[in-house]
Amino acid sequence: MLILTCPYCSVAADETELSAGGEAHVKRETVGADDAAFEQYLFQRENPKGIHFERWRHAAGCGKWFHAARCTNTLEVFGTYSAQTLEPPKNITDAISAARPGWTWRNFS
Amino acid sequence: MKKYSAFAIAKEALTYHKGWGRAWAKPAPKSHYDVIIVGAGGHGLATAYYLGRNFGITNVAIIEKGWLGGGNTGRNTTIIRSNYLQDPSAAIYEKARSLYETLSQDLNYNIMFSPRGVIMLAQTHHEVRGYKRTAHANALQGVTTEWIEPKRVKELVPIINLHGPRYPVLGGLWQARGGTARHDAVAWGYARACSDMGMDIIQQTEVTAVKRSGGKVTGVSTTQGDISCNKLGVVVAGHSGVLADMAGFRLPIESVPLQALVSEPIKPCMDVVVMANTVHGYMSQSDKGEMVIGGGTDSHNAYTQRGSFHHVEETVRALCETFPMISRLKMLRQWGGIVDVTGDRSPILSKTPVEGMFINCGWGTGGFKAIPGSGWGMAELIAKGHSPLTDQFGLDRFREGRFIDESVAAGVAH
Repeated sequence: MLILTCPYCSVAADETELSAGGEAHVKRETVGADDAAFEQYLFQRENPKGIHFERWRHAAGCGKWFHAARCTNTLEVFGTYSAQTLEPPKNITDAISAARPGWTWRNFS
Repeated sequence: MKKYSAFAIAKEALTYHKGWGRAWAKPAPKSHYDVIIVGAGGHGLATAYYLGRNFGITNVAIIEKGWLGGGNTGRNTTIIRSNYLQDPSAAIYEKARSLYETLSQDLNYNIMFSPRGVIMLAQTHHEVRGYKRTAHANALQGVTTEWIEPKRVKELVPIINLHGPRYPVLGGLWQARGGTARHDAVAWGYARACSDMGMDIIQQTEVTAVKRSGGKVTGVSTTQGDISCNKLGVVVAGHSGVLADMAGFRLPIESVPLQALVSEPIKPCMDVVVMANTVHGYMSQSDKGEMVIGGGTDSHNAYTQRGSFHHVEETVRALCETFPMISRLKMLRQWGGIVDVTGDRSPILSKTPVEGMFINCGWGTGGFKAIPGSGWGMAELIAKGHSPLTDQFGLDRFREGRFIDESVAAGVAH
């Protein structure tokens, strides 16, 4: 079973305690954006076989949203971090680089 | 190809059945094909078959990373039905179901189509209204389904518990000509027919790059070298995003594991397919006597072909409530397949931003039932550039807001 540590309350939570919130770091479009931008925001997804950044909510716990870095191919977890950020912090990207040299995800690496 | 018949069995018996030969050839790839199909699952092989049969295009290669039918075609719960709410869905699934009726004869290969009937149980008042609406929609679409009351459900499925601990059975949507088929045989039958038309099925060969020139597809790089083509059809289910990435575009798709499990074989006890979408589980009995059980998808992306353990518990709990007699059955196997799920839970059969490249994906949790219809439409799309079966399923529908929304229509449990 997938276990993620909530970065807010530090509980190591089973996936039954969490709810998945889909891809992380999606740019939210608003009034004035064109159709292509809205399509990108609402539907287009990276869906990688490998390193992936996701949103999760500690639903049956403290209730906070957070981010996780995970491998969709091996189910390894590289760490969790605050939702109040536009990009993964350096300790997370370093942990991924140690395991997967040369990785990229969108414009992160 | 030797024609399979009772007479052929008798004739081959004279030579101790040593003269049958291979069902399909094992060719080395040529340097060029008119059409390359990536993915030798049911949908890819059916696409190739109808390209040959309906359009006379036989200079075709079907390239497969593993072995043919080794992906979701061999991992599903083999249910065939066409009781969908939206018109474009009903059209393509009913085309598929009607082709299944005569597929054994068409392919000269016994796919064991068993139109035993499919019930989708209504266990909340919301579901009752939804399924009655679907039954009315199906009547207008020419798909034969009917709303049935609990008494009729019990007659059809004597082992069912109508008064479950959580949700009573309030009725069901019944499609008498739905059923099951032998999933491997569908892939094998199409493969044999494709090979017989001179198509090359190239297994154990992975596509590593999509080659383009001036926005047009020119071929693929594979682990057996480069192969050029005029047109490319990508039919790779869960790995569609990986192939799209090679061609430089993204898809409105996320890949998640969907689980199934199968019990030890028991004597015949249920001769229809039952789907219980509120408690979330579905079940049928195979010809070998095993109870074939379908479960839920994971909530998060993964390519692991196993799925989360707690979904097994949820599925088994739902089915023990619905069918108390199975509570002490031992399970033989559990497995997962990677399903490619779109935003509106409907498939994509479409041109792509790369000219000459077509994609067939997004079948999500319900691709097996659609194989013949999907292949029929996809072949027409590749050969002619459009098809009445696939026109509504284009990639551009997401940008334009023309969804074929089966997620709210409760066509299946999601």
